[in-house]
Amino acid sequence: MHMADALLSPAVGGAFWAGTIGTIGYASKRLSERLDDRTIPLMGVLGAFIFASQMINFTIPGTGSSGHLGGGMILAVLVGPHAAFLVMASVLTAQALFFADGGLLALGCNIWNLGFYPCFVACPLIYKPLAGDGRSARRILVASLASGIVALQLGAFSVVLQTLLSGKIALPFTTFLLMMQPIHLAIGIVEGFVTAGVIHYVRAARPEILDSSSSSAPLAAGISLRSVLIGFVALAVATGGALSWFASTHPDGLEWAIGKVTGKDELPEQEHGVPAALKNVQEKTAFLPGYGFKPAAGEPKEKTRETQTPAWPNVDAGTSLSGLIGGVLVLAMVLGIGWAIRAFRGKRSAPPSARPGL
Amino acid sequence: MRFEAAYSGIGRLDRLSYRDTVVHRLDPRAKVIATLLFVVAVVSFPRYEILSLFPFFLFPVLIGALGDIPAGFIAKKVVAVSPFAVFVGIFNPLFDPGVVAIAPGVLVSAGWVSFASILVKFALTISAALLLIATTSFPGICRGLRRLGLPALFVSQLLFLYRYLFVLMEEAMRVVRARDMRSFGKRGAGTLVFVRIVGTLFLRTVERAERIYGAMLARGFRGEVPSIRRETLRPSDAVFVLAAGCFFALCRFVPVPQMVGRLVRGLAG
Amino acid sequence: MSHHLLEFRDVRFRYPDGTEALKGVSFLITHGESVGIVGANGAGKSTVLLHMNGHLLPTSGTVTVGEVPLRRETRPEIRRKVGVVFQNPDDQLFMPTVFDDVAFGPLNLGLPPDRVRERVHAALRQVGALALADKPPHHLSGGEKSAVAIATVIAMEPDILVMDEPAASLDPKSRRSVIGLLNSFTHSKIVASHDLDLILDVCARCLVIRDGAIVADGPTPEILSDAILLAENNLELPLTLQGRPAREGARR
Repeated sequence: MHMADALLSPAVGGAFWAGTIGTIGYASKRLSERLDDRTIPLMGVLGAFIFASQMINFTIPGTGSSGHLGGGMILAVLVGPHAAFLVMASVLTAQALFFADGGLLALGCNIWNLGFYPCFVACPLIYKPLAGDGRSARRILVASLASGIVALQLGAFSVVLQTLLSGKIALPFTTFLLMMQPIHLAIGIVEGFVTAGVIHYVRAARPEILDSSSSSAPLAAGISLRSVLIGFVALAVATGGALSWFASTHPDGLEWAIGKVTGKDELPEQEHGVPAALKNVQEKTAFLPGYGFKPAAGEPKEKTRETQTPAWPNVDAGTSLSGLIGGVLVLAMVLGIGWAIRAFRGKRSAPPSARPGL
Repeated sequence: MRFEAAYSGIGRLDRLSYRDTVVHRLDPRAKVIATLLFVVAVVSFPRYEILSLFPFFLFPVLIGALGDIPAGFIAKKVVAVSPFAVFVGIFNPLFDPGVVAIAPGVLVSAGWVSFASILVKFALTISAALLLIATTSFPGICRGLRRLGLPALFVSQLLFLYRYLFVLMEEAMRVVRARDMRSFGKRGAGTLVFVRIVGTLFLRTVERAERIYGAMLARGFRGEVPSIRRETLRPSDAVFVLAAGCFFALCRFVPVPQMVGRLVRGLAG
Repeated sequence: MSHHLLEFRDVRFRYPDGTEALKGVSFLITHGESVGIVGANGAGKSTVLLHMNGHLLPTSGTVTVGEVPLRRETRPEIRRKVGVVFQNPDDQLFMPTVFDDVAFGPLNLGLPPDRVRERVHAALRQVGALALADKPPHHLSGGEKSAVAIATVIAMEPDILVMDEPAASLDPKSRRSVIGLLNSFTHSKIVASHDLDLILDVCARCLVIRDGAIVADGPTPEILSDAILLAENNLELPLTLQGRPAREGARR
């Protein structure tokens, strides 16, 4: 499930961009320290392989619905977490461009959701211990299922969190969660089965691929990998905590920054629009005691005080009408400009001049 | 069928990106930065904002028109990827029932307004991303990312991915065609067959990577993918980024439609 | 001119799975020669080619390029002298644009950017593909890919050009232009192919490999007109030597 730009606030999108770029840098660095040269083309071609495989549909048994591959787990098991993360990042980047899956700001979130969890959490912490030396088909299946489910659940939870922290939608946290998690349980199970199947297939045909990856995948020693990962999880939790505080106090980072910098007078609409909206978000999400991502560190007093505030500011009818007229005019002008340029170009290139490159 | 549609869509975007227009000639870095600024500016609007977003349509419209990109093609692709945003946003009217006046006498629920805002933002950000790739070759974007400081190893991954994307999509498409030709109804398209297809493709990919590695060694590869600088930022690139940035800032901080509306009403009345 | 010479002396090679692919291959190629290598599928042609630039190292016996014996540590030097064009241009062309691909070798040789550009332009001009420089390989036709694949190797200015099926799966016109291209080179050439007409057109000398050993070595016209020898090797007379009244047969 791809996160979309339109559901994100700049603060959340930017934070996950930062986290993702940091992880790309970290993975690149660790890889180049002990890189076998032949891994460079291998990773690249595997990216194309995952991209192409995701386009193949298959029927999920019992449901008749159509499934698609995620691929993060397969890669993590077959080429190790660092290489797998870079490959997933490149696949998602290419998809963000060619399919506009989600968009550019959401790319950070998407790489995190679909790359980080399978590669750095599910594979090393769940798959490896459960699969052991990877000789038993049953252990591979159990390990793949468990790690597939965990990776997808974390990813789905992450989508919910990112969406709600961004404050663009009104869907209550629990409702959203109850919709997303079960769907992704099913997807995770399918991913687990496919992962196990592919690993089994590869093991039967070319066992040396698996052996070489499992011997080179842990960095220096198992312990250091473990501690690195724990560090990462801690970092993620800390980032998430900081983020949720930031987002709940200022659901819209830029908005908040603008207010700080320019003073409120210059932003008459936002002046009553945003804080009201954000209080509405707070109010809704604050009813979820168990999840604690809410502004425990925020300002509870102000919140209760504002609980009765209507969600929508009292818009002055005059302003609103002007806005409406202006909006329609602006849109018409924009489309007119576009049309004029195309008409002009069309006339100029009337003799179908052979364009280079096409 | 869907595979082939997706494949031809990518192929078309890719071919468009090698055209030669004013927009295509801009430095990839300039376009990447401008597009990111655009996306951030658009999504930074609060959840109930619609009208102030309209001026932002000028950016994709200009890029599309000057870059000679078919508008219908981009619009279709935007619609094709909209389901998740629609699915999540459609709940806004349900959970946000407060009533607002969008024009004197016209009342709607606030949820519809925020839903519409999501859709407008969606159309803006997605079309901007598609136009970026339609007007900038993928290798160009990669070189731009490298210069913007992304790790060389990651960027070389992107380049290899791009190089073999079409080769492997064709390979996968041939296998899928062979499967579908001998499958009837749901039989044959199940998970087990899929696993075998993916397994086979994986092994072929590994073998291909081995041959590529051999070809690289034969030409002196020693662990670094070298590249030669070819782009230099020209004044026009800087002007483009600056102009785009100023325009986005203007539209972000000044309620342009309101002002135009007031102006028009002032003139009329 | 001894530095333009390639010598195999009793080369044997065994794959890790135990298959003995080469069972004592010996031959000597001198400066300016053009040599075809033919044989049935699995006879050992590719294995011989892979020894020429050290992709494989002999299990026993020696390969010498110029004065340099092939060893693990001399491989970079050998690769500078022997340019190999692999069979599938999609494997050979791994960079995102034609220019980058042709520049890959010269950059790895450590040449300064200006010299690299010169070499790239010269190589692309030589194969008639200068206009393709900024295209990605997947936008090229089969014939264009083959030409560019050859350019990537020429740009490294090797002493010997080694090619595996240079015209496989090309349409007849593209195949003809590749043949013209090969004949325009003054390099020493080694071409492995099942396309015996191509060998006949391009190579003066021909080696026949069977079961990992050389079974015939001589002037191409002689070898390729020996119907019995060819039949023993799953080959047949080149069409141009068959003298078959093809046209009448087809028109009936």
